[in-house]
Amino acid sequence: MIPVTELTHLTIAEARDGLKAKTFSATELTQAHVDAIEKARALNAYVLETPEKALAMAKASDEKIAKGEAGALEGIPLGIKDLFCTEGVVSTAGSKILGNFTPPYESTVTRNLWNDGAVMLGKLNMDEFAMGSSNETSAFGPVVSPWRREGSNVSAGASGAIEGTHLVPGGSSGGSAAAVAAHLCLGATATDTGGSIRQPAAFTGTVGIKPTYGRVSRWGTVAFASSLDQAGPITRTVRDSAIMLRSMASPDPKDTTCVDLPVPDFEAAISRGVKGLKIGIPKDYRIDGMSPEIEQLWHQGAEWLRAAGAEIVEVSLPHTKYALPAYYIVAPAEASSNLARYDGVRYGLRENGRDIVDLYEKSRAAGFGREVKRRIMIGTYVLSAGYYDAYYVRAQKLRTLIKRDFEEVYAKGVHAILTPATPSSAFGIGEKGSGDPVEMYLNDIFTVTVNMAGLPGIAVPAGLDAQGLPLGLQLIGRAFDEETLFAAGQVIEDSAGRIKLPQAWWA
Amino acid sequence: MSVDEKTVRRIAHLARIAVTDEEVPHLQGELNAILDFVEQLNEVNVEGVEPMTSVTPMVMKKRQDGVTDGGYPEKIVQNAPATEDSFFLVPKVVE
Repeated sequence: MIPVTELTHLTIAEARDGLKAKTFSATELTQAHVDAIEKARALNAYVLETPEKALAMAKASDEKIAKGEAGALEGIPLGIKDLFCTEGVVSTAGSKILGNFTPPYESTVTRNLWNDGAVMLGKLNMDEFAMGSSNETSAFGPVVSPWRREGSNVSAGASGAIEGTHLVPGGSSGGSAAAVAAHLCLGATATDTGGSIRQPAAFTGTVGIKPTYGRVSRWGTVAFASSLDQAGPITRTVRDSAIMLRSMASPDPKDTTCVDLPVPDFEAAISRGVKGLKIGIPKDYRIDGMSPEIEQLWHQGAEWLRAAGAEIVEVSLPHTKYALPAYYIVAPAEASSNLARYDGVRYGLRENGRDIVDLYEKSRAAGFGREVKRRIMIGTYVLSAGYYDAYYVRAQKLRTLIKRDFEEVYAKGVHAILTPATPSSAFGIGEKGSGDPVEMYLNDIFTVTVNMAGLPGIAVPAGLDAQGLPLGLQLIGRAFDEETLFAAGQVIEDSAGRIKLPQAWWA
Repeated sequence: MSVDEKTVRRIAHLARIAVTDEEVPHLQGELNAILDFVEQLNEVNVEGVEPMTSVTPMVMKKRQDGVTDGGYPEKIVQNAPATEDSFFLVPKVVE
């Protein structure tokens, strides 16, 4: 019998092989995770644990394995970001305004995972409506990163609460990244509108891919900015990322922006290598004040790819610096429209008022947090009469230029682009954005261009900084060519060596 | 461009979010910080550039215009704060 801690330390690929070989059962694997989650409540990664459902699903998986009918993810315990609607299980989007909303339907992504045999451990914490880069805007409180700075005073106190100033896991998929890094699931679903998969993955030493816009169905996933939102996995290895994305992706008649393309065998792509590929290094990502450590890591990443046979070329994406300001017009504009549905009438929180408008205004004031209100109001302003052309139309024109930059680079034969994933390693709770929201927004400076252009991007852990915290590199690909990202990501993972994740100091 | 307190209250009303007198100056500061930040877009010459309407080149999927779903009003209203006979209840709207 394999010790329980080892079961939670398996990769998805290893667990799949072990289940197939009947070295352990899906029930044992799930029970090990249920126990780990219980001991890690101080991290606040899960907003809802569903152990009974998990064990029932594991039992069904064991029966299917016994009958030789195992699916691609049979018996694999996963955490689900609370942005995905799950039938009969409360889904909150990290907001008070959804109250005890219990969807009578299942999102396409989670439906695909269950169809392939995966097991749901529970719902993961996140920034409210996925608006944030630190998981501090969640109505359920912040997530504690399993990572600590070297020599930090953070510890689990006698009461089980965290003591000391802890680090954020990034956001908005902070619960997903923390749970994967802390071995509280084998993989997690996440979503990315401006960097919400890749930035938390980089902060926690995990792998996160945002697929091409249209690769994964958005049906049943709570909408933030519909032209930018895309779901993807957070996992501990590149191979696991490929395995999980293959199950999450599918054509979907219920989402008109989801493409009718067959989903490739992404796992087969990881062994392709990068020989003969042209990898671009965009000089425009060399921003003022970039830390020498990030700069050094970026250079190292290019060297690893070169050593593996890729040709490294300098490229230019001249509109890069305008991506973030354009995003802070487009995303709030779409959010203000999408979030108009939370009106206190059809579901969620309701505060009674003297008339219908008063009811709307009071319900929304009580239900939304500060960051969400701020973004709805910015969006309302930029779409309002007299400002629409000056802000919204101009931002959409910038988006055309940002996308054109990428198209010109790819037209010159470049297969993928290498950049840092974030401008720094993880920061402390309460350290950023309390006075000026823009300070927090700058976290997404390297990731947001990818959403604006609808391209795929993967963050892969590549090293530790002087404080002992993980740093990630990002690879940006051509539309619908996630396979090249998995191939190049695997080279980085092999060259850097797998990051040693933190011991369970919280348990 | 920047917003004054009156504009903040007008935006809040358009967005159907009640704001208190104490919140208005904070919101004004935060909104102006964001508007300052996006100001740099004015540096770019966007003359003749088409605004983006679809990020991936694809043809919109279409289906037969027919009823494919429905017939479960109890599911539709099951999460509503106030209902009566499969209807959503709201305060009186028309006098």
